Amino acid sequence: MNTPPRAQELGMMSCHVCRLVTAYSEDPHAHCPRCHSALHVRKQGSIARSWALLLAAAMFYIPANVFPIMRTQSLSSKDDNTILSGIFELWRAGSPGLAVIVFTASIVVPMLKFIIMTTLLVSVQRSSGLVSKQRARLYRFVELIGYWSMLDVFVVAILSALVHFQILSRVEPLPGVVYFGVVVVLTMLSAMSFDPRLIWDNRKSQ
Amino acid sequence: MASNRRDGMHHAHNLIICEHCDSVYQKRKLLRGQVADCTVCGAVLERHQWIGVEGQFALIIAALIVFVIANVSPIVTLKLSGMAETTTLWGAVIAMWTDGAQLVAALTALTLFFFPLSQLVIFCWVLWFARDGRRAPGFAQAMTALVRVKPWSMIEVFMLGTLVAVVKAHTYFDVVPGPGIWAFGFLTVLITVFSSHDARHLWDITGEAKA
Ligand SMILES: [Zn+2]
Ligand SMILES: [Zn+2]
Repeated sequence: MNTPPRAQELGMMSCHVCRLVTAYSEDPHAHCPRCHSALHVRKQGSIARSWALLLAAAMFYIPANVFPIMRTQSLSSKDDNTILSGIFELWRAGSPGLAVIVFTASIVVPMLKFIIMTTLLVSVQRSSGLVSKQRARLYRFVELIGYWSMLDVFVVAILSALVHFQILSRVEPLPGVVYFGVVVVLTMLSAMSFDPRLIWDNRKSQ
Repeated sequence: MASNRRDGMHHAHNLIICEHCDSVYQKRKLLRGQVADCTVCGAVLERHQWIGVEGQFALIIAALIVFVIANVSPIVTLKLSGMAETTTLWGAVIAMWTDGAQLVAALTALTLFFFPLSQLVIFCWVLWFARDGRRAPGFAQAMTALVRVKPWSMIEVFMLGTLVAVVKAHTYFDVVPGPGIWAFGFLTVLITVFSSHDARHLWDITGEAKA
């Protein structure tokens, strides 16, 4: 089967909210005749917005990892854990499987998001026509895994609510967890701002 | 008006455009379990909608009931030298709020309560009318809200988070799982089943309000 035509070539575009296929329009104030959402050929300011959110996320990622996210307090000890030290503790406590899951969600996933989004943004800005299909797949991967990084944030929330035995034992959230939550939201927004159709745009015009 | 210009244009109802690369396809009739993939970028174009509107409505009602149970029942109980502590989802939100992590408290409340709940309520509303092929009042706004809210509902992640928290706490305490955890587990399954359906399909199977 040969390549299907692209909407722009046929003078069409589709509503990103309800998928209605309408006539192509460059009018920035155009609205979908069916659901009345704003119609854009491509997401507006996609690259700039995606970059800005990604860089902001990268900045917050440093305090998110340096600062402890959780304090475990008991009569005899006070123990502050960062994301990484919490993972080691989970490993030592005899749950290597869960330690790997948390490591994946809290360390691997955010790193992958930074690497992949940077790759996508740079390649699109350079109008690269290389490995488009693989890049498209990477984008869908980032969209799919993005929110799993919230895992550690929820773990801290549940433990803080549960471990409340007056002076005997307490768990409290520390600022690291707030930074980490912000990182997750910012990376998700960055990925949403990116328009995957840009991957295919320049190749065709060559 | 900008839209007047397009009114004369035909709306190509038999066409579908890939959201990820802008390729245009003729809509195909999909069989049970079939998924149409974009041949250019590999993204999913369309899935076979294997549960009818009635079935989806039943699922949503079930999910709403489970959602209520999940939110009022204790998730886990911890025991330490005669004392017991238990928590619900809202307990976790309040703990984060009072311990100085208000931003995280808000994020938790939004992604685990308000967004999933609004998703369920809106679905319930539009499906109730869609059963007779009608569009609910506020259909366009409701459908737009569904699309916007979808990526921010994180019940599945919370499920895994509870599991990790239980294992962490198990080192020091006796942990007794509560009914809330089963409800959240069941809710995760229901949402997964439901997510295999594209809500935007409702645009095609409902007509403009006649009444
Ligand atoms: Zn629309
Ligand atoms: Zn495609």
